[in-house]
Amino acid sequence: MSWADTILQGVLLGGLYALFAAGLSLVFGIMRLVNLAHGDLIVLAAYLILVLVSGLGLHPFLAVLIAMPLMFGIGWLLQAYVLNRTLGPDILPPLLVTFGLSVVLQNGLLQAYSADSRRIPSGSLETASVALGPFNVGVMPMLTFASAVAVILILNRVLYGTELGRAFRATSDDAVTAGLMGIRPNRTFAVATGIAMAIVAIAAVFLGTRANFDPTIGPARLIYAFEAVIMGGLGSLWGTLAGGVVLGVAQTIGGAVNPEWQILAGHIAFVLVLLVRPRGFFPRAVD
Amino acid sequence: MHGRTIPWRVETRTKASTVFAVLAAMIIVVGVVAPAYLPRATLQDLFFILTMLVLAQSWNLLAGYAGLVSVGQQAFVGLGAYAMFAGVVLLKLDPLVAILLGGAAAALLAIPAGFFAFRLQGAYFAIGTWVVAEIVRLLIAQWKTLGGGTGTSLPGAATRAMFGTDLVQRLMGVRPAQAVDIICYWLALLLAVATIFTVYRLLRSRHGLALASVRDNQEAARAVGIDARRLKAMVYLTSAALTGLVGALIYVQKARISPDAAFSVIDWTAYVIFIVVIGGIGTIEGPIVGVLIFFALQKLLADFGSLYLLALGLIGIVIMLFAPQGLWGLFASRTGIQLLPVRRLLRGGSLDT
Repeated sequence: MSWADTILQGVLLGGLYALFAAGLSLVFGIMRLVNLAHGDLIVLAAYLILVLVSGLGLHPFLAVLIAMPLMFGIGWLLQAYVLNRTLGPDILPPLLVTFGLSVVLQNGLLQAYSADSRRIPSGSLETASVALGPFNVGVMPMLTFASAVAVILILNRVLYGTELGRAFRATSDDAVTAGLMGIRPNRTFAVATGIAMAIVAIAAVFLGTRANFDPTIGPARLIYAFEAVIMGGLGSLWGTLAGGVVLGVAQTIGGAVNPEWQILAGHIAFVLVLLVRPRGFFPRAVD
Repeated sequence: MHGRTIPWRVETRTKASTVFAVLAAMIIVVGVVAPAYLPRATLQDLFFILTMLVLAQSWNLLAGYAGLVSVGQQAFVGLGAYAMFAGVVLLKLDPLVAILLGGAAAALLAIPAGFFAFRLQGAYFAIGTWVVAEIVRLLIAQWKTLGGGTGTSLPGAATRAMFGTDLVQRLMGVRPAQAVDIICYWLALLLAVATIFTVYRLLRSRHGLALASVRDNQEAARAVGIDARRLKAMVYLTSAALTGLVGALIYVQKARISPDAAFSVIDWTAYVIFIVVIGGIGTIEGPIVGVLIFFALQKLLADFGSLYLLALGLIGIVIMLFAPQGLWGLFASRTGIQLLPVRRLLRGGSLDT
């Protein structure tokens, strides 16, 4: 295996991490809320898609279209009825409530689906690959990366080109003044978390079709997503993609040297980036 | 009435605290002689309660007083435990000495870990500490002499030859394994009392006052010359050392270690967070109440496995949403009782009669 090939695989893996991270980045950008259950919500969505695929016999990409509005609803309800109560100057309540939610989700899924690892079947797509010049590239990794780019394009378009996006940015800058202008911050927050969860459904279909998953893998996905957001710089979605790519490349290079070093290499790249550039590659938000 | 004006004075003692001080002294004496009349299984339960209490107190010091929400305490438990193992297995140290090594290793780790995590503001600090714990776990799993990813056992001969086991064996007429349990129990009791005392003294000192002012209003605190960062770093270091010590002690008693168990986020951080949240965050009494409730819940529900954790998570969420000051906080605000008061009360003057 050549180094160029390894790096290409890493870049494509970065697309998956960017998908994990996009929702986290959006929610943090708008309400300064760090959702410690983000990874477990990705796993929840993966089980939801698995049920749709195995129960109704749907293709995963059709199932994700059903899962997206469902996850949007879950996100909306979660924010409107639970997380909005925790927002405020004190960072303890949101952290501890979402940490509790993470434990609840993990054990709820364990109870419902056991600890067996599962995979969402995607037929011939699982192994399909195309020749790109000298490289043989999997179709699934390419679709993942393309989805990540599409999600970020659409999100940026929503944020900077629509009324909803203006409401998001206004609430993020100053929730009280935004309220005076007729925006209801709590409503806006609920919609934002809803959108983040719809993106989580997209991340989940790629997580579940590319590799095995079980109820306990959520926290590790949260950490990857978090590393991508921080490396990219808070508030920049393209930065998040760049962060995901750096993480993906570091992991595949580490894994090529020694399979046991794959995850470790990603974490070390994160620490190094943070030491050199404490605010990430493309910082936009002040905090 | 023209009363004499009594000069103002600041008091930190309450009636309840004086009574409690006497009661606490009695509890400690009863605790010290407990091995003489309690069966081994009860002693092991008490060991568990005391060690969880130390973890809860040190996490509470971080999160409840310094506003540093760490989800990575397992880094210090795991490293403390592994340093103790290294001391016993590789350096042939007495396990008692190796426990101190565990505390020192955790404090040493806290320096670079803090340097890194303190760059992350507020909520991101939490995940930063988690990343640190993951890095240490993955590095330790590469340490083949100590069993790599699968772990290793403490040589039975080393723990049986631990300082004091001979004496306990002869004095109390027990077998070696039981003597080890008794010594571990005493150490846990000592560590728990020392931790509560340390936290209590710290909070009643100038530093404690500074810490409270930083928590209440960081800008105002800085304006009167308090170095918030330095203060937080000091708390982080203290908490890490305590956590490392207790981690090492827990694994002397367990005598079997693996990276996944020693760096478990559920065992060493999630449980601890629930204990503090349920009992009452930001009070010294809270974790004591919390650990007793946690133990009772575990005895009642442990057979239900994942349902137990599910219930614990739900209780934690409900308390955080509807009674964020926890059970002890509710009790204290209704009754005004403080057993370990760290607040300063202004007394005297013409208003006080």
